[in-house]
Amino acid sequence: MSHLSEDVLARARELVGLYPHPRSALIPICHLAQEQDGWLRPEAITEIADMVGLTPAEVLGTASFYDMLHTEPVGRYLVSICTNIACMLRGAYDLLEHAEQRLGVRPGGTTEDGLFTLEDAECLADCGRAPCLQVNHRYFGNVTPEAFDQVIDDLTAGRLDSEVPTHGTLIRVRREGGLRVDGQQIAEERAAMAERRAEAAGGGGGGA
Amino acid sequence: MAITEPPKILTSRLAFEDSHRLERYLATGGYQGLRKALAMTPEQVAAEVDAASLLGRGGAGFPAGRKWSMLRKGPIPYLVVNGDESEPATFKDHVLVERDPHQLVEGVVIAAYALQVARAFIYLRGEFALGLERVQGALNEAYAHGALGRDIFGSGFSLDIVVHPGAGAYICGEETALLESLEGKRGFPRIKPPYFPAAIGLYGEPTVVNNVETMSNLPWIISNGAAAFTALGEGRSTGTRLFALAGHVRNPGVYELEMVKTTFRDLIYAPVLGGGILHGRELKALIPGGVSAPWLGPEHLDVPLGQDEVAACDTMLGSGSIVAMDDHTCVVRAAWRITHFFWRESCGQCTPCREGGGWLEKILRRIEGGAGREEDLDLLMDACDNIAPGVSWPPQQTTICVLGPSIPSSIASAIRMFRDEFLLHVKEGACPHG
Repeated sequence: MSHLSEDVLARARELVGLYPHPRSALIPICHLAQEQDGWLRPEAITEIADMVGLTPAEVLGTASFYDMLHTEPVGRYLVSICTNIACMLRGAYDLLEHAEQRLGVRPGGTTEDGLFTLEDAECLADCGRAPCLQVNHRYFGNVTPEAFDQVIDDLTAGRLDSEVPTHGTLIRVRREGGLRVDGQQIAEERAAMAERRAEAAGGGGGGA
Repeated sequence: MAITEPPKILTSRLAFEDSHRLERYLATGGYQGLRKALAMTPEQVAAEVDAASLLGRGGAGFPAGRKWSMLRKGPIPYLVVNGDESEPATFKDHVLVERDPHQLVEGVVIAAYALQVARAFIYLRGEFALGLERVQGALNEAYAHGALGRDIFGSGFSLDIVVHPGAGAYICGEETALLESLEGKRGFPRIKPPYFPAAIGLYGEPTVVNNVETMSNLPWIISNGAAAFTALGEGRSTGTRLFALAGHVRNPGVYELEMVKTTFRDLIYAPVLGGGILHGRELKALIPGGVSAPWLGPEHLDVPLGQDEVAACDTMLGSGSIVAMDDHTCVVRAAWRITHFFWRESCGQCTPCREGGGWLEKILRRIEGGAGREEDLDLLMDACDNIAPGVSWPPQQTTICVLGPSIPSSIASAIRMFRDEFLLHVKEGACPHG
């Protein structure tokens, strides 16, 4: 039995079909795996590698480059506090310090109950409402220490479940329509590309 | 300089709660530009965009029409939209993808038609969870409406658009790194030349990469004509632009303003715009175009917001984001935070950026913490010189991409403008701002 759920696998296969090269689906599929597990479990990495035609090491090699892809477990809620210049000028480090005290962890740490992981984030592009933060990549702006406590209380009590889904930036993204059913077009594109590569390698070579 | 009544090219629908829905879009002239474009030849559409002199809104400001004209004729060209908005203090594309995704989609279809591209990708930064939902939602509605997919509006032109999430890496805003990322790899910028992916881009095929805001201008340009667009602004800076104002101002936010007709002073102090510096304080310095840009001082407040006008001050309008810093700001700390960002986001391919960034960050942290030495100032400038020889603007490059050479901007600015403040940190062994 596979580690990734049938739903994730079905959506992952659909993603692979969208691109002229299957490897392009790697990062989107990693997001789907995190939707299920919160992070990239080794079992998931192996299955993703199979789907896109790579080795697990290659998948890990790509995934480890990106801040949003986690190679270690994270809490149910990932609290990312922006401390970059625009937020810093409006009190982000005071907010971060408050968050550390409230949650009892340093950036990178996870609370003992497994609910919260705290992150010191780079600019989240919501500077009009600085200081800002994201919880599982959903925005909260103009965050005072009091507002922060309220967000944490609400999350803990499950009052923000509709605004803040669990992990996965694609959790509410569903593609409807489009030409994806046209497997033939993709196949033709891939074939044409391979042909030209072969030509370039065979005919155009000789310079080495 | 008076503030002209801002023409709304990009932000006309933002007052509506449902600005992201097809119904609202159609009720406000949506997809009329596309219908008009499809009645023209692709060459005519491209010529119209070229005539509008639309400068790319991503940061480099390269004319979109010229980028298009470089596209190598090939059997499978691609169009890629850069929505990896990560330049600190830049948040205009965030607004466009969440609040008016159909405008973006229509722009992409128009561009794809002009370029005769059958497949386009919209790369959005992964942190835009709502943006990804909204753009996919708009694509779904556009497919159902016939504005996208097979035989668009009965024209015989077909296009598929895939929205692609990034995963948190500033460097992927660099267009060749973005293509690597889109291919499922680490976001390593590619070695130049070729300088543009128009010859060798996605999967090695000819590719045009344009910014979200650039694309979002196209429906208006085609609907109203290039002449109406060039009637706005001045010189090379035509049309309007989204300016993202952040930092110590009363009303931070995204403002659409006619190019060149507004100054930094207007943007920061006008009651209908920035509303002045917070708590009635004085402006100390401003960052004019994203944190890669050298800083300006209060003496530059009357410089107009135009590409060439700002470039004349040895800095850049860049991504159109402006950060205001008040007179209580510790400039050493500000320079440290920006350097910390670049160091953290360096992809690690080139030594000057990977190592130099870390050195600079460490020295700045030492000075800010009160453990600095007087010779640290020369050391900082020397390390900067090793990353971008001459520490001039635009920077000389020792690296594959411009991330590394952008690091000296804030450091050199802060030292040149506020040398005494650096020395005060050293002499007092502490930050004078507490």
